[in-house]
Amino acid sequence: MTDLVSLTGIRKNFLGVHALKGVDFNLKAGEVHALVGENGAGKSTLMRVLAGEIAPTSGTITLDGEVTQLSGPRDATSRGISVIHQELALAPDLTVAENIFLGRLPGVVNHAALRKAASAILNRLGFDIDPGAEAGTLTVAHQQVVEIAKALSNNARVIVFDEPTAVLANSDAERLLAIIRELRAAGAGVVYISHRLNEVFDLSDRITIMKDGSHVETVETAATDVDTVIARMVGRQMSALFPPKEGRAPGDVVVDVRNINRGRKVRNVSFTVRAGEVVGLGGLVGSGRTEVARLIFGADRMDSGAIELHGKPLRLSSPRDAVRARIGLVPESRKEQGVILEAPIRVNTTLAKIRSVTRMGFLNVGKERRIANALGADMRLKASSVEAPVSSLSGGNQQKVALAKWFHADCELLILDEPTRGVDVGAKSEIYNLINDLAKAGKAVLVISSEHQELFGICDRILVMAEGAIVGELDEDAFTEHELLTLAMTQSARDRDEASQ
Amino acid sequence: MSNISASAATPSFTPRLVEAVRQYGTLGIFLVLVIVASFWSDAFLTERNLMNVVRQVASGAGIMAVGMLFVVLTRGIDLSVGSIAAVGSVLCAYLVAVQGYSVPVTILLVILAGSACGMVTGFFVAYMRLPSFVISLAMMAIARGISLIISAGRPITMGSPGASLVDFGSGFFLGIPQPAILMLIIFAIGGVVLTYTSFGRLVTAIGSNEEAVRLSGVPVERYVLSVYVISGALAAIAGIVAASRTGIGTPQVGVGAELDVIAAVVIGGASLMGGRGGMFNTLLGALILGIITNIMNLAGVPGYHQNVYLGLIIILAMLIQFVTARSRR
Repeated sequence: MTDLVSLTGIRKNFLGVHALKGVDFNLKAGEVHALVGENGAGKSTLMRVLAGEIAPTSGTITLDGEVTQLSGPRDATSRGISVIHQELALAPDLTVAENIFLGRLPGVVNHAALRKAASAILNRLGFDIDPGAEAGTLTVAHQQVVEIAKALSNNARVIVFDEPTAVLANSDAERLLAIIRELRAAGAGVVYISHRLNEVFDLSDRITIMKDGSHVETVETAATDVDTVIARMVGRQMSALFPPKEGRAPGDVVVDVRNINRGRKVRNVSFTVRAGEVVGLGGLVGSGRTEVARLIFGADRMDSGAIELHGKPLRLSSPRDAVRARIGLVPESRKEQGVILEAPIRVNTTLAKIRSVTRMGFLNVGKERRIANALGADMRLKASSVEAPVSSLSGGNQQKVALAKWFHADCELLILDEPTRGVDVGAKSEIYNLINDLAKAGKAVLVISSEHQELFGICDRILVMAEGAIVGELDEDAFTEHELLTLAMTQSARDRDEASQ
Repeated sequence: MSNISASAATPSFTPRLVEAVRQYGTLGIFLVLVIVASFWSDAFLTERNLMNVVRQVASGAGIMAVGMLFVVLTRGIDLSVGSIAAVGSVLCAYLVAVQGYSVPVTILLVILAGSACGMVTGFFVAYMRLPSFVISLAMMAIARGISLIISAGRPITMGSPGASLVDFGSGFFLGIPQPAILMLIIFAIGGVVLTYTSFGRLVTAIGSNEEAVRLSGVPVERYVLSVYVISGALAAIAGIVAASRTGIGTPQVGVGAELDVIAAVVIGGASLMGGRGGMFNTLLGALILGIITNIMNLAGVPGYHQNVYLGLIIILAMLIQFVTARSRR
């Protein structure tokens, strides 16, 4: 039997970065083929190639035994390939029916006929959704159903689900999985990308594991187990980039976070960070780590819970309150939130404590320049001068500027969200050194990172998050990717919810 | 050898040229305009005419441009300045002539009224996160309405109680019209605030990257609110100056002035996307606008046509900005 889809030797380079390094992947009719791997392993990129959204640098795409070149998403759709993205792509102001048939709407729309056709498909899926409702008013689960209906109306035979259950409540997820089983029974090929390995084992016929843009292996689901799959996903080693942790002396508790909640993103999170301690916040992207950081920094309001700093309750209504309490945050998106790109380095370094260089509101630029120069020297900042705009710096040096701001503000607690993303190896090592220096100076440091080796290299202990909750804590002797991923990918909050019921 | 150095120099030359255009472009346009105008018309370079130009700028777009620049730096816009100037004008005449307040008290109250209007706009923009375009458009209608209510739609003559104001509006100091001196003082203060204080620093920074500034612990809302208060206060002062020139407060003051004011700021090279603009260049922008209007008057271009040219000039200024901004990337 020929494969519905066969991708062979797919390579994709983005500006010199090898996102895909010659990946093979095939999909048969009537199977659910799971695609697993860590963040950045290349799963989504591979599926974007299949969906015609990006053209591969090299490699061939074979559909029904025929070598094909996809000219774009429309071409892929017309060949029966549909991708249901994690971020739903419905037009919120259009009706459900219009969304289902979007792209194929006639010039003059017969709304009655359109709704009837939409109803037929939705009923087939077993959902009672009003085809006349605006898509934006539906729950996320129902929006997902509309996406599936859209795929079915396209007579899709290849349907890719990119983390479909990540945002779904338990019962909705169950129904979605039921739909996927029906699609399989009807002879469609389903690609299922998920971090929830329990679901993957429940649902799939075969599993393909990817790592660092490469295909690791494809196995029959029945012939493997969760442990083996995780073992295949990990194993990337980083060289000796990390400074020795000796000389850190964890002292009193600086920040005590108790049962903080915010929507579905942060659930009952509690932990402490001591002075002179580097605590990691691990887990997968979207597990709520950034949201926790923003709550502690006052950038978002929490629904409930309490935060204490040095034993005193902290009332945070804005980042200003946090900065006054000497908490700093180096945010995950450096260019949007961390630095002012067009402003000079000098201006960026004093931004969190501009009072230190003003007198009666007037700036003392000379003093500011001395401060910036001193910080730049300490941090081994590579720049023509402190008057150079931050945009002229490399990613690593930009990040050093974002850090310098909080060094100058002299924080008691510094939260670093993906501190080395987009930073070259040399600068990474220097940033690790700076973090180590902070801890040695008795500061409390909370580091969020998706690079597990990085957490292992710099942290004293690691809290692992999944679906908004802390699902486990690793001490230094348990620092292995296997342990971390097992927690992050199998201890989902949903499972625990079920257990408690 | 020469080949290599030439090719190495090219990439750094273009940005430097762009930077030079950005920094001195407005000054260049100003000088060219003055030279062309003086060759073209004998009447232009007379003391009387030049003083007329600066006085017109002072009671027109000039003073308001200082406030508008602060607003534009935060990535906002204030369309209500002309209407607030009208409030300033009629309120000034009303308080002096009808209510019998002394001139200093009147000036204080009028500035407070303008600040209050700006505060309303600023509150909704800063704290409710509503678009400044729409809110200031609403304030434009509200303030114009208030000016009509106060004056019952008719001009109010200040008469003898306002004599000192009229003296100021028509008087000279060292041969320069006093309103023009006031404008220069306001520009100077604005320039100092913008360049040498943390307020100016943070206002500019907010326009460049509001989120980064907020996440540095700066109370962004307060700064955004303040720029609208400043803009309102300066618009009210512009209204007083307008009233002082003629001795009459009228609700017709500042109709369409927001266009001139925004044009001055844009011609001065400020970016409507926030974070970029200078006080001196804004002054030049206001003067350029005044000179162009003056030339058109000297040349006998009818008023209706002048509007068309004014619009075209704004497009030209935006185009220059667009090209320089794009080639910097």
